[in-house]
Amino acid sequence: MNLLKTLLTGAAMAVGLAGAATAGEKVKVGFIYVGPTGDFGWSYQHDQGRKAIEEAFGDAVETSFVESVPESADSERVMTQMALSGHDIIFATSFNYMDHVMNVAKKFPKVKFEHATGFKRADNVSTYSARFYEGRAVIGHVAGKMTKTNTIGYIASYPIPEVVRGINAAYLAAKAVNPDVKMKIVWVYTWFDPGKEADAANALIEQGADIIMQHTDSPAAMTIAEEKGIYAFGQASDMGQFGPNARLTSIIDNWDPYYIARVKAVMDGTWSSTDTWDGIKEGMVGIVDFSDKVPADVAASAGAIRDALSAGTMHAFTGPINKQDGSVWLADGETADDGTLAGMNFYVEGIEAELPQ
Amino acid sequence: MDFSAISPVSLIVSLIAASTPILLAAIGELVVEKSGVLNLGVEGMMIIGAITGFIAAVSTGNPFLGFLGGAIGGALVSIIFIVLTQYLMANQVASGLGLTMIGLGLAALLGHSYAGIKPPSSPHLDIAGLSDLPVVGPILFNHDFIIYFSIILTASVWYFLNRTKAGLILRAVGENHDAAHALGYKVVRVRIYAILFGGACAGIGGAYLSLIRVPQWTEGMTAGAGWIALAIVVFGSWKPWRVLIGAYLFGGVTILQLNLQAVGVNIGAAYLSMTPYIITIIVLVIMSSDKKRASLNAPAALGKLFHASK
Repeated sequence: MNLLKTLLTGAAMAVGLAGAATAGEKVKVGFIYVGPTGDFGWSYQHDQGRKAIEEAFGDAVETSFVESVPESADSERVMTQMALSGHDIIFATSFNYMDHVMNVAKKFPKVKFEHATGFKRADNVSTYSARFYEGRAVIGHVAGKMTKTNTIGYIASYPIPEVVRGINAAYLAAKAVNPDVKMKIVWVYTWFDPGKEADAANALIEQGADIIMQHTDSPAAMTIAEEKGIYAFGQASDMGQFGPNARLTSIIDNWDPYYIARVKAVMDGTWSSTDTWDGIKEGMVGIVDFSDKVPADVAASAGAIRDALSAGTMHAFTGPINKQDGSVWLADGETADDGTLAGMNFYVEGIEAELPQ
Repeated sequence: MDFSAISPVSLIVSLIAASTPILLAAIGELVVEKSGVLNLGVEGMMIIGAITGFIAAVSTGNPFLGFLGGAIGGALVSIIFIVLTQYLMANQVASGLGLTMIGLGLAALLGHSYAGIKPPSSPHLDIAGLSDLPVVGPILFNHDFIIYFSIILTASVWYFLNRTKAGLILRAVGENHDAAHALGYKVVRVRIYAILFGGACAGIGGAYLSLIRVPQWTEGMTAGAGWIALAIVVFGSWKPWRVLIGAYLFGGVTILQLNLQAVGVNIGAAYLSMTPYIITIIVLVIMSSDKKRASLNAPAALGKLFHASK
């Protein structure tokens, strides 16, 4: 009995912290993911970043990860465990880990924490995010040009600024080339639940959407789009294998250079608390080639937008833009400042839905 | 606010599809719990069924064999739980949680090379005349075969538990295993059969997810469906038809709120999603007051260990 218990406990811990054994001078890097590493979206892409660290530093680092960590006090337990087992730097890769990161960081001042997409920092807590909205502007342009029903479906996760920003950027870009375009938005209140994401895609298609965008992590919507013969965009990762005919292009999150740089800084002793927000220009947001379903002229104009965003000659939020209630947000030619973007909690004019609070 | 944009027919059709995986897993768990065993590993058995069913369907090209593969996979992985709880007398709650962890990990391992593959599509019932009827046709006569199977299964489980001797023995084992043992019934054997049945049902439920509802394999794709199935068994107070209603209610709430959002109706989606869980908590609270326990139909020996020597 006791032997079995010991074995089970051991097995459970091994599941939790694969390869967390102590090893001399190595820099230990921990990751917590909100979904499984095999989601082929958000968490998958972060795990690619972890592998890039291993590749870059080889024996000098040791990485570990825990996947499918709920955005609750559970995450505190996992991060505490990581800190206690000698990790030097811990990457928490989902927005709602924010307060839990702050709590754990307070208890372990010598451990460095990196929180993705959040806005709370401390001496040992950095934040980092990508300007996904730049990618949204590109796919919004493609969708606006290509929709035949003038209806774009959008599967949204949680009503947080990052998601609202994506909806607004995509809508504005679509509206700019198609004044009749409508955007139907469904909130699923989860990052990863393929069944529910598929149901949401079906509900949107039922309401006439012929192009689907998503801010959730699994390729379920892509699969449904392929099945129903409509179009969709890869989110966070390529997702092309799930929709060979459906996928028009993909927004790629490329965390590799950032992760390598931050681990390097820990090794060199130069790590400090920073706030990073990189976009297409720095390569943190990538747009893969347009599929052959995208007409050549649309691919060219969308490519031009991507290049202009990259060169900094264009901003995805350039006035005149009104808020949904009709009040002026940006005057003609004015561009949005990062502060407003980071806290965006309103729809722009023209979106016919109420933003959940 | 254009409610007329929602077609009630397609709403009901997608409601049934969304509910079926939970229904299958919950019916299996109902039989397990009726035999006095609490198996919290439903999530793990479902995800194993999702991947073994997917592998079987993809490698044979036959969706029927896919579901058979899901059932076998779910039943096989439940053997771990049988060994732990029926032979080694381990705690059922801990063993069930362990089964979930093993299932999620093992499924990820098995499914490593199956991402991005399209499973063969399952045939839909198509009866000339009937399936083409307006309204009634799509709601009753045009589903995939697993949906009919799940309803027949619910009826069969009801019949088995209430109208057959074997069902009576199973319930006796679940109510008072010492008395059942004294009467000469094989308590452990009955429970093993029940757990295997529960595993097979959860496996079919998982396979429904990966073969029909989403048609793809993604790690962790059950995303908590197994836990909802467990809650629905309590919600349905261990009665098959109530479990069916509970599963459809849960699926209905999910589908309805998604569709309402798609037509632009502002509803508290977050609150609506919570309702099945809140009702389950209320049922649990009522159940925990001992007086009403019997009327709520909970098996008296649920979760208790049995050994013939005691």
